[in-house]
Amino acid sequence: MPSSSPISSVNDFVVRFANVNGSGSASANELFARSVLRMGIPVAPRNIFPSNIQGLPTWYEVRISEAGHLGARGGTDLMVAMNPQTWEKDVAGIEPGGYLLYDSTKPMPKSKFREDISVIGVPLTAICNREYSDARQRQLFKNIMYLGTLCALLDMDVAATEQLVREQFKSKEKLIDANLHALHLGRDWALQNLQCPIRLRLRPAKAVGDRIFIEGNSAAALGAVYGGATMCAWYPITPSSSLADAFTSHCRRLRADSASKKNKFAIVQAEDELASIGMVIGAAWNGARAFTATSGPGVSLMQEFLGLAYFAEIPAVIFDVQRAGPSTGMPTRTQQCDLISCAYASHGDTKHVLLFPEDPAEAFDFAADAFDLADRLQTPIFVMLDLDIGMNHRLCRPLTWDDKRKYDRGKVMTAADLDAGKDFGRYLDVDGDGIPYRTYPGTHPTKGSFFTRGTSRDRYARYTEEGAPYADNMQRLLRKFETAKDLVPRPLQANAAKPTKYGVIYYGSTSPAMDEAIHMIETRGHSLNRLRVRAFPFHSSVTSFVADHDFVFVVEQNRDAQLRSLIVNECSIDPVRLVPILHYDGTPITARFIARAIGDHLDALKVTPLRKVVS
Amino acid sequence: MTYITKPKFHHPGLPKNALGYTHRDYEGSVSTLCAGCGHDSISGAIIEACFELDIEPHRVAKLSGIGCSSKTPTYFLGNSHGFNSVHGRMPSVLTGANLANRDLIYLGVSGDGDSASIGLGQFAHALRRGVNMVYIVENNGVYGLTKGQFSATADRGSKSKRGATNTDNSIDLVALALQLGATFVARSFSGDKEQMVPVIKAAIEHEGAAFIDIISPCVAFNNHMGSTKSFDYVREHNESVNRLDFITGRAPITVAYEPGSVEVVEQHDGSKLVLKKVAADYDPHDRLGAMNFLQRHAAIGQIVTGLLYVDPDPEDLHRNLNTVEPPLNSLAEAELCPGSAMLEKINASLR
Repeated sequence: MPSSSPISSVNDFVVRFANVNGSGSASANELFARSVLRMGIPVAPRNIFPSNIQGLPTWYEVRISEAGHLGARGGTDLMVAMNPQTWEKDVAGIEPGGYLLYDSTKPMPKSKFREDISVIGVPLTAICNREYSDARQRQLFKNIMYLGTLCALLDMDVAATEQLVREQFKSKEKLIDANLHALHLGRDWALQNLQCPIRLRLRPAKAVGDRIFIEGNSAAALGAVYGGATMCAWYPITPSSSLADAFTSHCRRLRADSASKKNKFAIVQAEDELASIGMVIGAAWNGARAFTATSGPGVSLMQEFLGLAYFAEIPAVIFDVQRAGPSTGMPTRTQQCDLISCAYASHGDTKHVLLFPEDPAEAFDFAADAFDLADRLQTPIFVMLDLDIGMNHRLCRPLTWDDKRKYDRGKVMTAADLDAGKDFGRYLDVDGDGIPYRTYPGTHPTKGSFFTRGTSRDRYARYTEEGAPYADNMQRLLRKFETAKDLVPRPLQANAAKPTKYGVIYYGSTSPAMDEAIHMIETRGHSLNRLRVRAFPFHSSVTSFVADHDFVFVVEQNRDAQLRSLIVNECSIDPVRLVPILHYDGTPITARFIARAIGDHLDALKVTPLRKVVS
Repeated sequence: MTYITKPKFHHPGLPKNALGYTHRDYEGSVSTLCAGCGHDSISGAIIEACFELDIEPHRVAKLSGIGCSSKTPTYFLGNSHGFNSVHGRMPSVLTGANLANRDLIYLGVSGDGDSASIGLGQFAHALRRGVNMVYIVENNGVYGLTKGQFSATADRGSKSKRGATNTDNSIDLVALALQLGATFVARSFSGDKEQMVPVIKAAIEHEGAAFIDIISPCVAFNNHMGSTKSFDYVREHNESVNRLDFITGRAPITVAYEPGSVEVVEQHDGSKLVLKKVAADYDPHDRLGAMNFLQRHAAIGQIVTGLLYVDPDPEDLHRNLNTVEPPLNSLAEAELCPGSAMLEKINASLR
């Protein structure tokens, strides 16, 4: 008997699967997450995977939360331990009173277990070996069998799982039958031999609503399709490759010309990131909407070109799916660590526009918006995703599109404009917003051509090394950046029920953990106003939010408090007023972490100071 | 040096082409290169080629990297859009531009530092992708703007102006272009306008990746004794395989050569290349033979010039990517956006 009483919970616990990479576990694990979702219970799955193709440990964590908490929670209530390599660590990671499901084919010494957990052994390998002769089948169906076992242990609606199997193997009747057979093998064994259900249970609910389940990279790629991108150049790098892959498959389905069967898109896997961004810049210069998808090391390689795009004023969209750096860092772990390198990318004085989507739905919106912003501002736009949003399925609101929406192609002078005698100066600020007009190559036989260059030039794009026109141009670029502040997505503020002197600023994938943490902090007796920053440069409301509070916590997933540095630098704010809350071990930030860090800080303030003795 | 205005004065008697344009309509601003620079002769040949082909100047996009050669697009086709990009990266910018609008003519101008050193990777990949372009390297074997350092095309054993000997092996971009699958490969010499103009014309009409290496002596840093890229050295060691005449599908063939020494190559668009063979055994359709010929002559110190290889029916990147006929930059919402009804379907599939 376990010494801690077993955890008892309905629709609110964490299941973690420990597997060997390349063993075919991913689809069984995903099937589990989807089955729970089909029961109307929100889930937040996360892949924790190595930089490896086969053989190294991999985990899949499913947070089940009827209350709808989608951030990582930390801790494991039920461990499905299928990887002997990580056994010790996996068993140690179970919460007191938690459960361990393992393959009991080989007897294990008692010392390998813990007293304070419930141990559930199923002879999976033995059953598989009896049932199947093919080695590959033995492996694959073992995964489906433990899924069947979970169905029994957690009292799941097996019909939902069966339906998902049918959908997954649609048109492959043989595979449907074989998988259903394995599912029931596992379920029946558990029902006959184990006490089912355990105290962790799933009960049908109606908490999912019309939400969809999608990876951020796929949603961003779909946003690029809807936003009118016709050219994508990219170089494979984790965790961004699936964005380019998704764009390719979305385009094949949605962008083939119905009559000619030809493609209304061009996708090039470039030889490196320098070539990717070069192609994007060439295409955008020539009037197509173009993007690349990359991660931190790729952004480092693109630095010179990004300066050119800034200075020559060429629209470009860059999806940076961030991973832990520096250098190769932890290539399969998440961080928000490229803010500074993107915000000020390249040599000389440069500043770039960054967007911070919180989830796949916003990644879709911001992806489409990025192309409008790039054309409007004639400058690179970074969409700052991260591995946590990009490579995990996330429950989010349905994607929406307004059919009346027109692409904003920005200030482009046409042949008719030129014939009408409009003065064309490529770098002439006619509207006072710092944004000049451009022409596409090939517009007019005798008017409107200009030379694009990274060297200094005057307002009519003529080469010059004179100081005054150089400074004039650099000042105009600053005006343009000011204009951007009101064009980018605004920060979203949510105030506490009670007035408070304290605030918190956060962004991107921290969102669900922050939302959950707020309630935890409130139960400790503290109130916080929240501001979710969604873009750089900062809207004036960021400065006023800081001004309105005694101090503001800035929650980030990097070591150096990069957003805080940007706020200090760009809003001229005393750093003392911004308290960094930093999580950067490569795992997604949790509500528990935020609540503890902020709660402890605020608790310390509550201590009544000793009265100063007046002598 | 800032922008120099060129007087727009036209002699009334200047000859006009079919579009009614004179040479002056194909010129750019005044060159800021050294007097006598081979690059200016190449600019002149580009102007001549475009004039003779009756190309509307604004239908050409001219792109370059960084260096003396990369400055030259300012000095020709003033009514064309130009893009002076970053060092060694012209090929990627050109590739992207080409994908955005397949209807323009893409002229990439680069140098030996730009293409053989810093940009060797992009040079290779643009050629192996078969981007429809004319890629000209103005090859002088030296870094001019930074005062005379060797480039990667400088021959082993050649001497710099300061007397240093190059001990590194040289890169022959023509040999690489042949190996990488370029469908039009030529070499010429900036001192030989007769050869250059038809080669450039043929390359423009070629609907695939056309590469031309033009040896262009640097009068400031690489035109001395001991250099293998000087005017005198190249004149003495030039081994021309053929003399070329270029005839578009529109004009009748007026040039006649002695029977047995002439070969007419018909290109995909109906234009014709009339090759006057100098080397009797030379076959410009044999990629392997061209590579062999090149190496054999290089071994005895000869610089082979002329049209070395041409594929009359080349594939290009657009064909391989199966892109639609209208330029991608001309497609609007109606063609690109799948709309809200489709998004509803997609949402439904994600539940």
